[in-house]
Amino acid sequence: MTAGEDPLVRFVGVDKTFDGQTLVIEDLSLDIRSGEFLTLLGPSGSGKTTTLMMLAGFEVPTRGDIRLAGRSIRDLPPHKRNIGVVFQNYALFPHMTVGENVAFPLLARRVAKGERTRRVSQALDMVRLRGFEARRPGQLSGGQQQRVALARALIFDPKLVLMDEPLGALDKQLREHMQIEVKHIHERIGVTVVYVTHDQSEALTMSDRIAVFRQGRIEQLATPAELYEAPGNSFVARFIGESNRLVGKIVKLARDECLVEVGSETVRALPVKVEGPGGSTQLSIRPESVKLAPDPDRCPNVFEARVRELIYLGHHTRVRVSVCGHDDFVIKVGRGSEGPSLRVGQTLRIGWTVEDCRALDAP
Amino acid sequence: MSVTDSAGTIVDAGRGRVLRVSLRRAERAQQVRALLLVLPAIVFLLVTFIVPILSMLVVAVENPELREVMPRTAAAMMGWDGTGVPSPATVATFVRELRQATADGSIGKVARRLNYSIPGFRSVLLRTGRSLPPAETSDADLLALLAGIDSHWAEPPYWLALKGAAPAVTDFYLLAAADLRRDARGTIVTAPPDQAVFVTVFARTFWVSLVVTASCLLLGYPIAHLLASLPPRRGNVLMILVLLPFWTSVLVRTTAWLVLLQREGVVNDLAVRLGITTARIELVHNRFGVYVAMVHILLPFMVLPIYSVMRRISPQHMRAAATLGARPFLAFRKVYFPQSVPGVTSGCLLVFVLALGFYVTPALVGGGSDQLISYFIALFANEIVNWGMAAALSAILLGIVLVLLATYRWLVRGELLRLG
Repeated sequence: MTAGEDPLVRFVGVDKTFDGQTLVIEDLSLDIRSGEFLTLLGPSGSGKTTTLMMLAGFEVPTRGDIRLAGRSIRDLPPHKRNIGVVFQNYALFPHMTVGENVAFPLLARRVAKGERTRRVSQALDMVRLRGFEARRPGQLSGGQQQRVALARALIFDPKLVLMDEPLGALDKQLREHMQIEVKHIHERIGVTVVYVTHDQSEALTMSDRIAVFRQGRIEQLATPAELYEAPGNSFVARFIGESNRLVGKIVKLARDECLVEVGSETVRALPVKVEGPGGSTQLSIRPESVKLAPDPDRCPNVFEARVRELIYLGHHTRVRVSVCGHDDFVIKVGRGSEGPSLRVGQTLRIGWTVEDCRALDAP
Repeated sequence: MSVTDSAGTIVDAGRGRVLRVSLRRAERAQQVRALLLVLPAIVFLLVTFIVPILSMLVVAVENPELREVMPRTAAAMMGWDGTGVPSPATVATFVRELRQATADGSIGKVARRLNYSIPGFRSVLLRTGRSLPPAETSDADLLALLAGIDSHWAEPPYWLALKGAAPAVTDFYLLAAADLRRDARGTIVTAPPDQAVFVTVFARTFWVSLVVTASCLLLGYPIAHLLASLPPRRGNVLMILVLLPFWTSVLVRTTAWLVLLQREGVVNDLAVRLGITTARIELVHNRFGVYVAMVHILLPFMVLPIYSVMRRISPQHMRAAATLGARPFLAFRKVYFPQSVPGVTSGCLLVFVLALGFYVTPALVGGGSDQLISYFIALFANEIVNWGMAAALSAILLGIVLVLLATYRWLVRGELLRLG
């Protein structure tokens, strides 16, 4: 955050429990910057939707405070918060036409009829649904309904828009298309978006920043590139993208390098989140960072591997090998390199750099 | 957006016809199977429901008594133009058949039918039958002979009543059920005020049903809303409470209200003991008691349809409305209520129709001079044994219900019930 600029939303030490025994949200502190696209990412039950619902006003924090533009909204009812929400199943009103649905926020704000009609066609223009005013939601496809919901949540110019897995019900192709469309709308009108999803590729595609949730806590809050390339712990490494995990014991620990005993081999790794020597750790290596037949001078980790399986996927080939006593170590071999010449049962040398091998907490 | 249309190949007209024929053939077997499955139910309904209702409708216009007991008199009366008194030949036929009917005892049936037309006709007819001399007298003297037994025979009304009983089909009962009758000339006129009761009773039945329906709606709508918005497990427990009344008979529940509301009943005892009132209040055997008991018994019929519609309304709609800036009342009025209207209309219709024909409760709890139409139907069917009247009143009630249903269907189809 740039110095001097206040965050739009601020969670301050928020706890939430439904049954008085288990914390769904635990000591959540989170600043959301004005104009950013922030994604709350996590498996189901990790507390991301609860966080969103507290922001929308449907759940009250058990402890702590939520501030919107510097003002506490703890006790402000949802209809006074002026936050747009796009729900998972769109929540379009089936008894109203598309036009009436989109005009509803203006109706609630007592906007005059002429003004209402004008702004409705403007909002429908934005989501490329001009001329759909008289249709009923039931006559629209899933993607069209999604866009009506979007127009309805944006028509009253809220500073903040919440989206709760809005693309979950769409098929893959349409979902990817809508991701780009939502992203473009966000860029065009500059509204702050808090987006909830459990789909990591969706989060990577759309977000400025991603907060990875796990059991009511934020594991890591960072940009997509940072999350992927420099996961802060083994959960994030596992949840974002694909990674090979080697469990071992730390033998020697320095500031920017550590030696880890994995099976009968010793691996040089970058210490990220480790205890002292003797502690166990999980090494995380992205499949595409693994080099075939590496130059030993530039690559301190070189091991013998046996090819167990080859899966041809077009733009790359997945090679499953046995290495360091692990049988399901995966390597992605790009098209045009020596991938196609590999055979099952073959032995080869693979390696990776210290930076590409992150020593994280043992799960 | 690129949404591909997955419609199949469109075939040309000739192949299309062939396709349609084989489609129809394929569907016919299914239709026959479906028909066979519902056949037992159809037969059951036909025998226990349709046939009784149709025969009831027939009874409302049937006029068999005079034709059975005095066929020749009935035929002769059909030929009479209804002015003055009948011809001597007709009177002779009547006297002959009257003598015979008195002898074999079948006169009672005719006497009862004629008494419906003119109260007192029964005793006149029976006395005349008994007082007839056994032997034949000449035709000219017969009218004088009858007038000698009872002076009413000298005047037209009794003869007109006899003529009214002659045709196979009569509108007598239906007219009487609507407080109408035919005068000497056959034109339809309103009944004299002391005999005109049924229009008032129908109006009263309508009003009571309306008040009961409105009360059920006011009480039932929030209940249904609560049931629909609770988590399923707790909702089910409350649902059992709503359905609990169905586990005991209407008679028991009505009697329970009598016990509770009577002058020496629980409610009065409590009111007096708490010092709310010094005198005991009349809570039952009046309109108030009818309202209370009927609302109690009909309430589930309001709650269930509304509940089943409300359960399908996504709770997210109210949340969405709130996030869009709608105060709770506006959200309810514009988003929730319009979606619950189908349940409200079917609940109201159900309760209203049930209330129109409700018998046990209003008959037991209601005041003696404040009875509903069902009481009179039962009275005519069981006590007075005037099936024609009972059937005519029922037919009119049925007609009203059918008109209501037709209106409802018309409203639903025209989507006029969308209030949003």
